Amino acid sequence: MRLRTIVWREIFERKNQLATSFLAIFFGITAIVAIRNVTYYSQKAVAAELDALGANILILPKSATLQDYYSADMQEDDFPEEYVTRLTLSDIQGLDNLSPRLSSPVEVAGRNFTLTGILPMNEFKAKAAWQGAGIFARPENCGTVVKSPISPEAAKGSLARKRVIVTLQPYEVLIGNDVAVAAEVNEGDTLALLGQRFAVTAVLPPTGTVDDSRIFGHLHTIQDLTGKGPVVNAIEVVGCCNAISGGLVQKINKLLPEAKVVTVTQVVDTQIKTNRMMANLSLIFIAIIALIGGATIANYMYANVFERRREIGTLMALGAGSGAVLKMFLLKALLLGIVGGASGYVAGTALAVALGPRLAHVPVLPMPVLLLWALGLSVVISLLASFFPARRAARLDPSTALQES
Amino acid sequence: MLALQSVSKTYTHRGRTVKALDNATLEVRNGDFVAVVGASGSGKSTLLLTLGGMLSPASGRVLVDDQSLYDMSTDKRAELRRKKIGFVFQTFNLVPYLTALENVQVPLLLAGIDGHAQQERASALLTRLGLADRLDHKPSELSVGQQQRVALARMLANDPAVVLADEPTGNLDPDTSRQIIDFLAEINGEGRTVVMVTHDMRAAERAKRILKLVDGTIAPDGKGN
Repeated sequence: MRLRTIVWREIFERKNQLATSFLAIFFGITAIVAIRNVTYYSQKAVAAELDALGANILILPKSATLQDYYSADMQEDDFPEEYVTRLTLSDIQGLDNLSPRLSSPVEVAGRNFTLTGILPMNEFKAKAAWQGAGIFARPENCGTVVKSPISPEAAKGSLARKRVIVTLQPYEVLIGNDVAVAAEVNEGDTLALLGQRFAVTAVLPPTGTVDDSRIFGHLHTIQDLTGKGPVVNAIEVVGCCNAISGGLVQKINKLLPEAKVVTVTQVVDTQIKTNRMMANLSLIFIAIIALIGGATIANYMYANVFERRREIGTLMALGAGSGAVLKMFLLKALLLGIVGGASGYVAGTALAVALGPRLAHVPVLPMPVLLLWALGLSVVISLLASFFPARRAARLDPSTALQES
Repeated sequence: MLALQSVSKTYTHRGRTVKALDNATLEVRNGDFVAVVGASGSGKSTLLLTLGGMLSPASGRVLVDDQSLYDMSTDKRAELRRKKIGFVFQTFNLVPYLTALENVQVPLLLAGIDGHAQQERASALLTRLGLADRLDHKPSELSVGQQQRVALARMLANDPAVVLADEPTGNLDPDTSRQIIDFLAEINGEGRTVVMVTHDMRAAERAKRILKLVDGTIAPDGKGN
């Protein structure tokens, strides 16, 4: 038999009394692990988005409110498509690509998805040649729409991340991964939308964003089928970083005073603020668990020492020194910390993986490093909270303990 | 040898000072079997706890093999108890959540004996006390007499030279009481010193020497004195 055998047996003998302390540390660690896990992946997603999108600009109706870059065009308000023409014909430098969008809800296979009309790049080229002026007449590189970095073959598949497409016929659609799964549709099949049959030219790879629930069609076709006329909900602009810092947003604002112009950094800033808030929240949880968890454990340990004073007195009569008694209670605290930390990690991770995609719109995976973090935190809190009760046990007067109880 | 030299101990109870031991002097030779009798509250348990190094006196000295117990640190006294003294309590004081075998293993664990040797020794002691078939029973699953026998086995675990028994038959029926006293006499026969406090005169009669405690003062009571 080892000292830990005595500790284990005592824990199981009085497990109900220990339950409150366990739950205090378990829920605290669960909350912290869940928040830190979601925050980490949310921060990672923001970094990836910024990396993938570069310095993008969104042109939206004045009344638009914005939380997520990917769902910027999913709103009821719209503005004239003529804004696109104004931009193409303007002398503004630094516009690499324009992507006007019009979105409308649509039902496919009994589920609601978003039908989004986009304008392929070849129509800009045609328009540029026809107009013979504006941004398409400028030299290539920064500020030139004509030179696309995307090959036509790869363009359809990469629409989801590159935000532009080279060609798209009036009755062709590209569908998001979730739509393809729900409608059981593959590339080459057809899909009925708003009373019209469309050819599915590509199934987009999963992105973990709302684009997975979108169906992309030709802007003008969508405008006709929805009866909205020549309007759009948003224009995505890929601009040069230098141009943006050189006042590109202000120039577009001046050109389109009826619209709201925001950079993607501003959009992601909302998410960054949310992430920062979650990080702060986890700090608050650490403080709460340290206080409430610690107080609960200390309270339980004091009660446990009081209840076991006859037992402690007996052990001392049998030759237990103060060190052995102290060790016995601290070992119990250590076990409480380990079990509370480990189970809190498991529950917190499960919570983060299950709720992360819904709350932060990012896929969340388990983070083994948080296990060490959870164990360390719960063990330190448990040991600190138990130290003074354990010391009281070690200093008990054995004769009083035997005579009192 | 055990000795009390002019030991006094007082308690304050509800504002009144009670003298548990009043200038008590006692010598117990190695291998002696001493019964201390007296009325409730006469200081019997205080005497035993003081002899066992568990209760420091207000004045006087307590010697175990010429070592002054209360000049030692608390942990040194614990070590001495572990090596030389075995306690038997009226209420047995078994650890309720441990089995009979594990209860007997506790002093061996505290002495740093390894697990296998602990089991062997504890098992042999319980077998000697007729509890070979009760090794895995918890105290609540044992009769009162069996519990006291487990406590006796635990007391013997570290092979103590001195046995201090506090009312060992106080909670037992006459037959079981006789068995326990027989056992104490048996281990005294092995050369161990036994000091037993009791108010059971039939049990006290089995000792080699009877002392009477009256208002904290030790007086001879005839037998062996």
